[in-house]
Amino acid sequence: MRLPRPEELISTVNLKKTPPKWWMDLKAEFKPGFYCYGAKGKNLAYVDFPNARDWSPTEEDWKLPEDWKRIVIEGIRQRIERFRTFHIFMDICVRCGACADKCHFFLGTGDPKNMPVLRAELLRSVYRRYFTSGGKIFGRFGGARDLELDVLKELWYYFYQCTECRRCSLFCPYGIDTAEITIMGRELMNLLGLNTDWISGPVANCYRTGNHLGIEPHTMKSTLEFLCDDIETITGIRIDPPINKKGAEILWVEPSGDLFAVPGVYVAMGTLMLFHEIGLDYTWSTYASEGGNFGYFTSLEMAKRLHSKIYEEAKRLKVKWILGGECGHMWRVWHQYHDTWFGPIDFLEEPVSPITGTKFEHAKSTKIVHISEFTADLIRHGVLKFDKSRNDNFIVTFHDSCNVSRGMGMFEEPRYIIKSVCNHFYEMPDETIREQTFCCGGGSGLNAGEIMELRMRGGFPRANAVRYVHEKFGVNMLACICAIDRAQLPPLMEYWVPQVRVCGVTELVANALIMKGEKERTMNLRMEPLPGKEGQ
Amino acid sequence: MGIVRALLVVLGLIFLAYVGTGILGLESIFGVVFPYTAFVIFVVGFIYKVIKWGRSPVPYRIPTTAGQHYSSLWFKQNKIDNPSTGWGVALRMFFEVFTFRSLFRNTKAEFLKGRLYIGSSKWLWFGAIAFHYSFLIIFLRHMRFFTPETPWLISGIESIDSFLQIHILGSPLFYITNLVIVGALLYLLGRRVFDAKLRYISLPSDYFPLFLILGIVITGILMRYFFKVDVTKVKELTLSLTFLKPTVPEGIGSLFYIHFFLISVLFAYFPFSKLMHMAGVFLSPTRNLANNNRMKRHVNPWEYPVKHRHYEEYEDEFRDKMKKAGIPVEKE
Repeated sequence: MRLPRPEELISTVNLKKTPPKWWMDLKAEFKPGFYCYGAKGKNLAYVDFPNARDWSPTEEDWKLPEDWKRIVIEGIRQRIERFRTFHIFMDICVRCGACADKCHFFLGTGDPKNMPVLRAELLRSVYRRYFTSGGKIFGRFGGARDLELDVLKELWYYFYQCTECRRCSLFCPYGIDTAEITIMGRELMNLLGLNTDWISGPVANCYRTGNHLGIEPHTMKSTLEFLCDDIETITGIRIDPPINKKGAEILWVEPSGDLFAVPGVYVAMGTLMLFHEIGLDYTWSTYASEGGNFGYFTSLEMAKRLHSKIYEEAKRLKVKWILGGECGHMWRVWHQYHDTWFGPIDFLEEPVSPITGTKFEHAKSTKIVHISEFTADLIRHGVLKFDKSRNDNFIVTFHDSCNVSRGMGMFEEPRYIIKSVCNHFYEMPDETIREQTFCCGGGSGLNAGEIMELRMRGGFPRANAVRYVHEKFGVNMLACICAIDRAQLPPLMEYWVPQVRVCGVTELVANALIMKGEKERTMNLRMEPLPGKEGQ
Repeated sequence: MGIVRALLVVLGLIFLAYVGTGILGLESIFGVVFPYTAFVIFVVGFIYKVIKWGRSPVPYRIPTTAGQHYSSLWFKQNKIDNPSTGWGVALRMFFEVFTFRSLFRNTKAEFLKGRLYIGSSKWLWFGAIAFHYSFLIIFLRHMRFFTPETPWLISGIESIDSFLQIHILGSPLFYITNLVIVGALLYLLGRRVFDAKLRYISLPSDYFPLFLILGIVITGILMRYFFKVDVTKVKELTLSLTFLKPTVPEGIGSLFYIHFFLISVLFAYFPFSKLMHMAGVFLSPTRNLANNNRMKRHVNPWEYPVKHRHYEEYEDEFRDKMKKAGIPVEKE
């Protein structure tokens, strides 16, 4: 489906206009470009999800089990009893509206049901009807409604229009986190087999091959070899990447997207170069070949099932600790869930950088360190030599990934790295970076091709800020530390600010990195001429 | 939706109290039975709700991090917005509860010629602070009615609240909070009425407490400045309630009973409503947990083992391909 021109697209948004009918009286209208295709039965069956069958959101019949209502209501009860977050968030919202204009999907669509408060009310109204005295007695007047098929369809439609970015939770005076509500909502949907193709496909892939893209071990090896060929062309240095190497000191896990498409592959190349240069004793794994976790977009249980492989592999390969790549939701899961799921991790050692001797005490329990933490430490110790001018064609700004920002709080490390390897760096406006960063518009499994309109709308607030620094400072490169960003931001820039390209931070590092024994470099990792080397 | 109905309900409550005490002479019901009942419902309901929340465990430690994290590197941690210790959390909660720090962060987004502009917006924070603090002060001031001798703290609050030393129409000293709370309530109500987004999300249960509290405030103001009630008699009643020896003096007047009844309704309504955010904010796991996830393990009481694909199964499926590609395997 062709998208309208950018100015036409955004001209339809009016944040001050609301529909003439009250929201409870409006059914969800399934607009093309706003919903993902339904999951395929075989993908659901492969990971033992209930009600596995092919289905389509636009068909009248969703092929639900007979007692779907009971399943959902029981599902809500179980989650209320298990999650204090969900329980409290269902009860205490005062509808002050502080979250309303914080959501990128609301700002990009103007659809009031994309206001975080109303997205939550969609489910809260059902909760009230079955679990609170006010809702049982006063019904609609008490903000409650019956769970009908149309209500279920509406819940599905809007829980797959939330990227779980948590920007709203930052502004909520009670810390109500829509991501948590969406997670619960999607778990409920998955009890009925209501998943999307774009999420369930990667989940099944990941379960089987260890990564979302379904890269099998031999393919992974040949991909890495291709990348090493390119590195040799650029630097004259031949790298032989260690794969499934027992007894290596560090297990390296990155999002598999970085082995698949530009600009992610430049990050993978950069990593290969960096590790080679410092002589790191590490290994890739074909089994733990995915740091990201699309299971997290279906249910917490599925997320745990997918990530069990990481520590299992660390144990099998007898490494000391784990280093993780540039990825957003991967780090939310690694940072906030791993230790609870898989701990205590007593078979690994507290991470210490073998190059600088720095003890990563803040990771002493989980034994997992972020590549930006690792690299920043290397730079600080003067281990790496850079020729910053190699990045002089890039006027860089940095996009904070939602999950790393609001689910961890790593803001300075990537900035320190970028400033160490680039001469031209400019920040986007304060209201759009760091903890207030805007989502790329494609997180939580919403970067499917069929919802391009939703993605371009949801990414608009981010693009708007990039356009600002592009016009003001001539910014032409948007750096990020997330694989979903690297999939979503290129088309987003192409649509809104075509002059700006996207890169990972490690790509910039490797461009500037002076390697021992390298030939005189004339190209960057993209095989474009370096500044001043255009004629060669 | 529901603004008219919510207003009608509050007007109905006022009418009920007027008829009950002004015509039917049921002062003992409105002066004793309802307040006691409401108080019991409030205490029991409040505790019940908090216990119910408390019984839902916190399976995962998922604070919303709003500043630089603690790490072993040299970057300066934002200890309030991204605490890594219990003390840090206490500080974060203090600012959250007493200064509404998250709300202070509020911004407003607007479109202008197809571009999005985001600016600081403190009005909601200001209105909320004005309302909550004036309510708190007024609540504390009223404690004089329930204590035989007014504690020095309460007298202190009273004298600060009335430091302007103004008398309206020859009435007692004017309290600043009386003006502030009316202004704040009208602002909070006004934004629900005039902001299209807020009007759209508002439920009857959003308007009802506003009207209810407005009713309480207005009747209170009327009693103090305009139709002066006999404060001695009121205190005789309220003190008798404190000491569980209820006596109902003659001739207090319906205005007081309307005021008293609306307060009773507020108390009884509280545990069943969104007003429980007062307790909920303390329990919110995105705010009251330290971001020390990689340092200290958080245990989930109901965590259960899950089925996953072990390496052996993986190698069984791909062994030939792995061997062909020269990737080491466990079983040759």
